[in-house]
Amino acid sequence: MSARVLPYVLILPVTLFLCLFFLYPFILVSQQAFSNGSELTLDNFREVTSHWKFPISMKNTLLLAAVVVPIQVALALLMATMVSKMGKGRDLVLYIWTIPLGISDLAAGIIWLAIFDQSGFLNSMMHGLGVIDKPLNLLSYQHPGVVFLAIALAEIWRATAIMLVILVAGIGLIPKEYYEAAEVFGASPWKRFLRITLPLLRPSLQTALVLRVILAFEIFAVVAALGGTLFPVLMGETYAYQFDLLNSRAAAAMALIILGISIGFTLIILRVLRVPKGASI
Amino acid sequence: MTLFSKIAGVASGVALSCTAMAAQADVLFWSTQAKPVEESQAMREQVLAGAGQGVDYQPNDAGPWLTRLNAELQSGSGTIGVLGGLHGDFAAMSPDDLVDLSDLGVSSASETFNTLAMLGTDKMLYIPWMQASYIMAANKEALPYLPEGADIDALTYDQLIEWAANVHEATGEPKFGFPAGPKGLKHRFFQGYLYPSYTNGVVRTFASDDAVVAWEKFRELWEHTNPASTNFSFMQEQLLSGDAWIVFDHTSRLAQAFNDRPDDFVAFPAPAGPAGRGFMPVLAGVAIPRTAPDMEAAKALVKYMLAPETQIATLRATNFFPVVDVALPDDLPPSVQAAGAAVAKMSASPDANPGLLPAGLGDKGGEFNRVFVDAFERIVLARQDIRAVLDDEKGKLAAIMEETGAPCWAPDAPSEGACPVE
Amino acid sequence: MTDAVASAPGADTRKSARFLYVSAVVFLCAWVLVPIYFLLINTLSSPETVTSFPKPFLPEFDMGSLTFFAGFAGILTALKNSVVVAGMTMVMSIVIGAPAGYALSRFEFRGKGLFRLLILLTRAFPLPLLALPLAVLFIRTGLDDTAFGLAIVHTTLAIPFAVLITFSLFSGIPIELEEAAWTLGCTRLTAFTKVVLPLILPGIAASAIFAFVISWNEVFAAAVLTIENRTLTAFLLQNLDTSPLHLKFAGGFILVVPALIFIFAVRKYLFAMWGIANR
Repeated sequence: MSARVLPYVLILPVTLFLCLFFLYPFILVSQQAFSNGSELTLDNFREVTSHWKFPISMKNTLLLAAVVVPIQVALALLMATMVSKMGKGRDLVLYIWTIPLGISDLAAGIIWLAIFDQSGFLNSMMHGLGVIDKPLNLLSYQHPGVVFLAIALAEIWRATAIMLVILVAGIGLIPKEYYEAAEVFGASPWKRFLRITLPLLRPSLQTALVLRVILAFEIFAVVAALGGTLFPVLMGETYAYQFDLLNSRAAAAMALIILGISIGFTLIILRVLRVPKGASI
Repeated sequence: MTLFSKIAGVASGVALSCTAMAAQADVLFWSTQAKPVEESQAMREQVLAGAGQGVDYQPNDAGPWLTRLNAELQSGSGTIGVLGGLHGDFAAMSPDDLVDLSDLGVSSASETFNTLAMLGTDKMLYIPWMQASYIMAANKEALPYLPEGADIDALTYDQLIEWAANVHEATGEPKFGFPAGPKGLKHRFFQGYLYPSYTNGVVRTFASDDAVVAWEKFRELWEHTNPASTNFSFMQEQLLSGDAWIVFDHTSRLAQAFNDRPDDFVAFPAPAGPAGRGFMPVLAGVAIPRTAPDMEAAKALVKYMLAPETQIATLRATNFFPVVDVALPDDLPPSVQAAGAAVAKMSASPDANPGLLPAGLGDKGGEFNRVFVDAFERIVLARQDIRAVLDDEKGKLAAIMEETGAPCWAPDAPSEGACPVE
Repeated sequence: MTDAVASAPGADTRKSARFLYVSAVVFLCAWVLVPIYFLLINTLSSPETVTSFPKPFLPEFDMGSLTFFAGFAGILTALKNSVVVAGMTMVMSIVIGAPAGYALSRFEFRGKGLFRLLILLTRAFPLPLLALPLAVLFIRTGLDDTAFGLAIVHTTLAIPFAVLITFSLFSGIPIELEEAAWTLGCTRLTAFTKVVLPLILPGIAASAIFAFVISWNEVFAAAVLTIENRTLTAFLLQNLDTSPLHLKFAGGFILVVPALIFIFAVRKYLFAMWGIANR
């Protein structure tokens, strides 16, 4: 098969599949965002963006992503390089580190609520250590910082493994010879990481980052469990429009706004971490 | 991989044939009520086991419930036989989508409920199924701090605030608990309790001077409210953990506390304000969507749900009370006894000011609730100026009332046409 | 080699570096495990203990909550359905997704940018909003309430992962490797199966894990699209947040365990090749 036709043959199944099961319902839904029942309008967007909670939930979502994602990248890189040096016990350690992969966001929310709850494990621990006499009320509107910290910790705990697995698989593809050569020339581990691992890991890093950022904008269940009504995020507002207010037009408009932000950030990441054309190891 | 796909293929084949067989056997009871796993298990084992036909009881969150239902209505063919939901769930539906149940020969003992069930038409579009209300509950450790001369069964809001303040002072912690979490039913407190008690209305008096007083009082109470209340949705949890000593919530959301430790808690009526002791019922109903696969079986199930024995079994399973006249047995669970007594005292109190459920709002019910929730979040959490917030939210409320044309309901004075916001 | 480099004064720093490294590994393991241990404690606690303060740090092995779920009618069928749906999702997302990943990494073609955008769109739009038109489509075509139908929806969720992960892995394999194979008489296909496929097997395993876990944990579509063929998640999780605390924890635990077992089972594939590459 010629190289001109082959790529299209290869992407055909995905394209057909997604057109039928994603694009078709997606178009039906997004039409709603631009209609008021009879004519084309931007009223739905105006309605959702003018609600007093919109700027707050926008700020919260972006802030959370800005704090959580970089930490996750750093942590996942650290873990991946640590694993690469490991001899004995690597399988076990990797397994343990990938455990959170299997935990749904709702379950993660439940777990971290048990920790931060007023009569939860964190208070019990501090109580046992004699730091406090009686349980502190951690997740209250008076301590927005603690609420934010709890949500960020839960997210870092839950979703770093996704990046880790992608990065570990990527590091595995870097030929060992590069490191050996660098060692011969006396490059420090930090230099080796900076000059070999990081550049050669770019495709995996790009993928991990794009997926993670998109998922970060869709955060909902963990926030609802820990932040209650204190920490509105975009996705929570979208569901509120759809299922509490039964306003599917506004919900569709919200979803399109989130989609727009996601695409914007994806394009930035793709550009910054561009894999140069014809790049090869 | 090939092995995998083979297994998967076989399995899906099996699954397909199973569906075909099962579809004829059971009536699918699609419900937004009795969702907690213990309650749904009790519904299946104690209530529906005796239905004389196979019933598949599937409780769901509002999201999946509505999405599935709408999908079946849109595609014109369905698997759902009977719908279970709150008055508000049915009010948000188009009347054409529900089967007329007028000639089924069953109805509730309350004419008010039967009228509500017509959803503004002249047909019974759902049959009232069970009822509940909101009450107060307290840990017995809080009782010594009751203000002097206060009768727990006839509290006023001022006394409640004083009581909560006493507990706060004595324990050093705010121990009043309020279900302001994401799934909490806080809006019902404002619509059915705070507003009627202070303003003798809900819609007309939304932005009145009395309403400003009501919000000021609630702010005072909030001073002694556990600040984590914005995470609380089921006050039984905080009663049991001791994070809250005095709470307000739905009777079925307090049940576990009474059933687990019946000797530790008391239930009592909601407090009274200058305009009386406002309270409101919760009404759940059963209905049949026009797409029900087996109409006769579905109707038989609706009839069965209204039978006196079923109503008692439902009471035990869900803590929702019967809507038909039936003598309650003596051996009911502690939660039912406690809640039943509190509701009875509330309705029989001389200053009772019972409200009705919002009616005629259609699918704007959610937006209506949101006005009250927004007012709460802005006034109490964000501490914005009360008058300014009410004047601002008033516009939204008026728009909802005008758009739906919903007439006033008690305790608001009746209106001609849409209920005005004064 | 190490001995040759390490001189006498370097030994101490080397030792402390080693110590730092080991304690970091231990700390990160604890960071993952401790919260799960807390979940285990709560799962194995009586309802009174779950709401008590201060919390115990040792489980008391009260099986009450787990027994409640064990007695839940239909839980085994739901478990089976979950496994079937997740398995189908896994197979479909890789069979459909991996070729596209290969195409993205090896070819420049018109519409490539658009295609990537379509893939990402899929993940950036909330499924609960799409569920209504999808459900209508499924009811009309008879896919409704089948494991296969649900697996299709879960596959659309998993495909972006499959495509992008395989894309990044193929990109990490030098094209020269393939070209060398061609000159040695391999066709494009045999070069792929003999040279490239073994190298990216771990990546395939990674996307398989994602697909499985995504399907396993998905609630909304499962709740809307299955009635008789409920998955375990739709069966348990959807009503978990309105359930009493002790059952909340036990239910969460029951959902976590099978996913853990699955990751454990495939970890060999995930990291096997990796060991060889580094030896």
